[in-house]
Amino acid sequence: MSDLPLLTGVLVLLGCQLLGEVTVRLLGLEVPGPVVGMVVFFVILRVRRPSERSGLVRAPSLLLRHLQLLFVPAGVGIVVYLDTLRDDGLPLAAGLWLSWLLGLAVTGGAVAGLSALRRKDRR
Amino acid sequence: MTPLVGWHPHETWAWLTGSPLFGLTLTLGGYAVGRWAHRRTGSPLLQPVLVAIVLVGAVLMLTDVPYADYLAGGRFVGFWLGPATVALALPLHQEWHLVRRAAVPILVGVVAGAVVSIGSAVLLTRVAGGDRTLQLTMAPKAATTPVSLALSAQVGGLPALTAVLTILAGITGATVGPWVLDRLRIRDLRARGIALGAVSHGIGTSRALQESRTEGAFSALSMALTALATSLLVPLLLKLVE
Repeated sequence: MSDLPLLTGVLVLLGCQLLGEVTVRLLGLEVPGPVVGMVVFFVILRVRRPSERSGLVRAPSLLLRHLQLLFVPAGVGIVVYLDTLRDDGLPLAAGLWLSWLLGLAVTGGAVAGLSALRRKDRR
Repeated sequence: MTPLVGWHPHETWAWLTGSPLFGLTLTLGGYAVGRWAHRRTGSPLLQPVLVAIVLVGAVLMLTDVPYADYLAGGRFVGFWLGPATVALALPLHQEWHLVRRAAVPILVGVVAGAVVSIGSAVLLTRVAGGDRTLQLTMAPKAATTPVSLALSAQVGGLPALTAVLTILAGITGATVGPWVLDRLRIRDLRARGIALGAVSHGIGTSRALQESRTEGAFSALSMALTALATSLLVPLLLKLVE
């Protein structure tokens, strides 16, 4: 498509997000713009079926390889809330970690259970 | 006559901490150290995001640089969370043949997970003595950061604190998630991926991608669907538990 595949790939990612953000605002949808952008990009990938060397694969791969980096600035915001975390330590720990554990167990259990059930049905 | 060369430490420091260069270099530097520590030790507890947050946070506290000043540079990194969310379509596309066959378990798992995450976050925060603002702040914590932040603002929580709690939930999934899933005897790669994505969004997904491409793809899908489900369910469930 271009002699700079990575540039093309990044442009497509930005374009998809832009389309998503504009769409949710125009239609007043209560869905985040990037999620709509993801659906758009998914359709592009299904239709074009790009090769491993294409920018459509290389740009998203690069971002996903360094996904953790992108959360650092918002995470550093914890320095602003150190007092709150200390004062409300118990409710925050309960609401965060117990709820995290319940969510993980219920989701994992439901998917594993249903998958096993369907496998049995097919036999 | 003015001398050709002077010594201006205060002016230089004031310029440096107000410049985007400071926050940007600090963020990438912290992440580089985090990756190095993760590779060097091989410990799942030393996730690069965790090491980077601790290092950058420590530097800000030691130097008394306000978080807002750091964000002048940090926001350039955070911006890419949006395009990275779009990028999650890639593993989904690559593993679509597996995803399509598991549509029912995926949907049931994600909806059940979102209901439990939101409901228990609000109720447990309340039972442990948290006030209303704190409960609302906690409610959307399982959805990925841009989404949880927006939802928190919408329902009357503290958006920046929600972002921090969301990232803590993510780091919990990346550090101990697979270990907990082993203890729960959930071994199906699809179930593990869906579970990690449902409670630990992008950070959990990055750990799932380390484990296997299939687990990563299911985690990416789960995180996207959880973002959707959470945006729809938070306003609804809040009315119910009130």
